[in-house]
Amino acid sequence: MDTGAILMLLYVFVLACFAGYQLISKVPPTLHTPLMSGANAISGITILGAMLAARVGPGAPFNISTILGAIAVALATINVVGGFMVTDRMMGMFKSKK
Amino acid sequence: MDFIAATEPMHLNHLLANFGYLVSVVMFMLAIMRMGRVKTARSGNFLAAAAMLLAVVSSFVEMGQIEPWYIVGGLVVGGAVGAIMAKKVQMTQMPEMVALLNGFGGLASTFVGLATFFSMGGSGTLGQMMREGGWFGGMNLVLTLIVGSVTFTGSVIAFLKLSEKMSGKPILLPGRHVLNGILLLVPLVLGVGAVWFVQGVPVIAAVLILIVLLTFVLGVTIVIPIGGGDMPVVISLLNSYSGIAAALAGFTINEPVLVVSGSLVGASGLILTQIMCKAMNRSLANVMFGGFGAEAPTGGGGGGEYVGVKSSDPESVAMILADAGNIVIVPGYGMAVAQAQHAVREMANILEEKGANIRYAVHPVAGRMPGHMNVLLAEANVPYEQLFEMDQINDDFRNVDVVLVIGANDTVNPSAKTDKSSPLYGMPVMNVEEARTVFTMKRSLGSGFAQVKNTLFECQNNYMVYGDARKTLEEIIKALKED
Repeated sequence: MDTGAILMLLYVFVLACFAGYQLISKVPPTLHTPLMSGANAISGITILGAMLAARVGPGAPFNISTILGAIAVALATINVVGGFMVTDRMMGMFKSKK
Repeated sequence: MDFIAATEPMHLNHLLANFGYLVSVVMFMLAIMRMGRVKTARSGNFLAAAAMLLAVVSSFVEMGQIEPWYIVGGLVVGGAVGAIMAKKVQMTQMPEMVALLNGFGGLASTFVGLATFFSMGGSGTLGQMMREGGWFGGMNLVLTLIVGSVTFTGSVIAFLKLSEKMSGKPILLPGRHVLNGILLLVPLVLGVGAVWFVQGVPVIAAVLILIVLLTFVLGVTIVIPIGGGDMPVVISLLNSYSGIAAALAGFTINEPVLVVSGSLVGASGLILTQIMCKAMNRSLANVMFGGFGAEAPTGGGGGGEYVGVKSSDPESVAMILADAGNIVIVPGYGMAVAQAQHAVREMANILEEKGANIRYAVHPVAGRMPGHMNVLLAEANVPYEQLFEMDQINDDFRNVDVVLVIGANDTVNPSAKTDKSSPLYGMPVMNVEEARTVFTMKRSLGSGFAQVKNTLFECQNNYMVYGDARKTLEEIIKALKED
């Protein structure tokens, strides 16, 4: 990864931060808890890094990092699956009666 | 993976995978947008889950010919545990559940960082070993470990405090600011050492593990001085951290999807934290470093005995409610603890049949998380149209016949408006004392989380109804039915 690539990732980072700011600044308090829970599930995206570490194949022999990676996959999956299901339960309750 | 480094030729599976990543990033953004509106919230969450699935599938496509069994094992175990946890949890326990899940996310990032290191091998310093990014990648790896570990133990402490497995009271260590400073500085210095100066896998491994252990301690020492009432802010902040940890992991392995999704969560978490602090009229620094609620207030109207407090009983409350036309219910954490939301709804049904107009007034920081009360009332099938935010209803309390305060305290304390010596001074509160009659259901005259005397209890038109909120409500319901 050369300087150009680092800079490109920094651009991505800054723009995404800005998008996150814009997306969330007008949210009714009702949705704060479910939204936090949903965002928390999205932060489980670290699962992709975990999968990369847990793979066994060309250029990635079985070693201690495979085990660490598999644990990371399990932890991130708890975060993702638990997070989305809990959020769905909460958001499913906001039904309009009239 | 290297869609940025143009030096390698692009294979078809890389192209496909990166297209999948791109689509999933767009889906994440749309999902967060939809989750911000009540009508589209649920579909937004579903979209986010679909985006995650697409990202995972794309990752499999990118990796191509591999033995996936360790990955599949992790997915199956984690998926089962997560699903069981999500099914079993009670609605009243949502805040601590989110805290715990967040902790798992943070720990996952720590493990990704460690695994990335152990997969490299080679010789020299950490900076020289990094396949991606040299010293930049190395420093990112160190930061991933630090942020991930702090998020993990911090979230676990928040979980313990919220679930009352540990006292919600702030625990103040002597010299804690200095201690926290050292616990942050030492891992950073160790990290710099690993990236530029220390050589060889075993030594660097030891340094990295030491960094993880020290920042585990840091997560604990940062969160234990913070009182239970401020936990919502802490969870929101830790949620933001777990996003940042994911983004840092993305820098380490040069994966734009992680950078985008992680920073989306990081930024949105910070905004949410800010919104919460504003609702409490506190600054973030004050929450994090204040040890708020630790010292009993000594100022003028702060502490002291209650004078002239009147009390009432469920039968009398029922009698007055039966004749009231305009009723507002103000729920607080006490309602969540007593699991009283269904009883509230049942009572409201009876009163509506008698022709009363029922509204619910929700303070932005009522409960242990913003929106906590809304979730509980929604669980009890309270129509969304009857829920009012503080700003919508605050000027209307003077036209209200009866206000029922159910387990709320600091959010209805009038001294926040008048008493400059009160720690609550300046926090927006509900003007419940302007109503004709106020009934406050509470277990005792004990203070709320802010440990401040509530002058509402001494108001002429306020009556305390002591006891467990659910039992009190059930007795009111019984009396109303006999009526």
